[in-house]
Amino acid sequence: MSMTPAPSDNIAALALGRRHRFQWWETLPWILALGFYFAFPRYLGFGTELLITVLFAISLDLALGYAGIITLGHAAFFGAGAYTVGMLAKHEIWTEPISGLVIAAIVSGLVGLLSGLVLLRTIGLTLLMLTLCTMGLLEEIANMAAEITGGFDGLDSLPIKPIFGKFEFDVLYSSTQYLYVLGVLLVCFLFVRMLVYSPYGHSLTGIRENTLRMHAVGAPVRWRLVLCYAMSAALAGVAGALWAQANAYVNLSTLGLDRAATVMIILVLGGYGRLYGSIVGAVAYMVLSHFLSKAYPTAWQLGLGLLLVVIALYARGGILGIADQLWSRLGRAQKHAQEQKPS
Amino acid sequence: MTALLETQSLNKNFGALHATRDVTFTLEEGARHALIGPNGAGKTTFINLLTGVLIPSAGTVLFKGRDITKIEQAERVKLGIARTFQINRLFRGLSVLENVYMSIAERVGAAPDMLRPAGRRGDVIDEAMELLTRLKLADVAHKMIPELPYGRQRLVELAITLGLKPQALLLDEPAAGVPSAESHIILDAIDALPKSIGVLIIDHDMDLVFRFAKKITVLVRGAVFAEGTPKEIGANPDVRAVYLGQATTHGA
Repeated sequence: MSMTPAPSDNIAALALGRRHRFQWWETLPWILALGFYFAFPRYLGFGTELLITVLFAISLDLALGYAGIITLGHAAFFGAGAYTVGMLAKHEIWTEPISGLVIAAIVSGLVGLLSGLVLLRTIGLTLLMLTLCTMGLLEEIANMAAEITGGFDGLDSLPIKPIFGKFEFDVLYSSTQYLYVLGVLLVCFLFVRMLVYSPYGHSLTGIRENTLRMHAVGAPVRWRLVLCYAMSAALAGVAGALWAQANAYVNLSTLGLDRAATVMIILVLGGYGRLYGSIVGAVAYMVLSHFLSKAYPTAWQLGLGLLLVVIALYARGGILGIADQLWSRLGRAQKHAQEQKPS
Repeated sequence: MTALLETQSLNKNFGALHATRDVTFTLEEGARHALIGPNGAGKTTFINLLTGVLIPSAGTVLFKGRDITKIEQAERVKLGIARTFQINRLFRGLSVLENVYMSIAERVGAAPDMLRPAGRRGDVIDEAMELLTRLKLADVAHKMIPELPYGRQRLVELAITLGLKPQALLLDEPAAGVPSAESHIILDAIDALPKSIGVLIIDHDMDLVFRFAKKITVLVRGAVFAEGTPKEIGANPDVRAVYLGQATTHGA
């Protein structure tokens, strides 16, 4: 066994020591997002919606993809954030956008923390149903408390102050919104990236992979999950708040099952637990649904459904999983070709 | 020798089933103790009571004289009680190194850290690699768990637990399912454990038990049936009748 290399030279140790480092391709989404701003000034409304969806999907990825918390009610937090900003603005209590995001994050985070304390005692199907119930409960509260939430009609014409007191939101021409949302998304993304590569993120992966074993190595499993759920909820709340600010209105759709299911589909499509799956999935979903709905206005969801069936059956890692496999196959083929060459 | 882990008239009922009956048991510091008994004798239930997975219906569990009966599993691990599982419980989507990183990070208190990358905890990685080298797993440290043969997966199971540096180590059939050609690796690893640790091993494999243990406790239908040195147990006609004898009649 004298062949064993020193611990720090081991390829596994090197890989683990390096995996958090930034790769060149990680700048690509941000360059593309900026390019989109200049190339498609007439589609910035669509672009803003896309960026918000990416942030929402990232928040779900933290809970579902990394920690393995099965939830179908994540729109509860999106809506909590959206309604926080909406109600504060409509009643002229708070209209400054950036601090509004912070308030929304705190409110949604608290909703996540409190519901998580109860919900995360359960697992599997029970947990799934309870997250659905929580969302339904919030939706019904927003519907019933019409005096402050606007009920079924929601709240519109929200007076949101300009960013830094200078840059006005324009609902028709979304250039300010787009850059604002892109900036917030970058900050949130870097935060989640830091989390998932940290020892804490590693322990979340451990809980996803084998909860029982995590108990047996002395991890306070429930607290780790509750904290993760609360942070994920806060991020979803920021996404919802951005949505309310960018559109200057908020309605029951922010809290609905439709939104919660869509973000789940996006994550599965892109590949969950992979950080960039949210970005790839959101782009793929929104672009596909855009073109499919143009081509087949009546049956466009059929195309998406078929794609999902294929992904669920043959590519559990989503689009990024397929890319991963192709990449490693390519690497092996190259290696093989080099070995064939006479030296 | 002083007592490390003790139980006093421990009982556990699952409805009408009395799985543990008045078990008074002591695992001493530095012990090499084996717990044997026919199928369904309540051996794994007993381990679950010691580690806090199950709460006893009556009786107490003591660790170094302190009552830990009501203490949670995670806290018992922090005190120094760790176990391996009869059926592997590994992090299958992670590499061998990342598996061992998990338990060491918990022990040294690195795991709650959100602000630094896991890869920057050189202390945790180095300790994990040392442990893997000791168990002759360093050459597969980068492999995912499903890529390993079962015998080596069983070693990872042990490695994760050793990463906790336990004072009381409970091994639930450590060589179960391992082909006999590979089982010596696991036995060697167990032999090489620090002398100061108190080890309790549960197994059906009599060769392993008699080779390893200085003391044997026989559990039958949830109760302590006999206790003594391997020689005494081997010579005890009652034990032979209910357990060893059973095995030989099966063999014959």
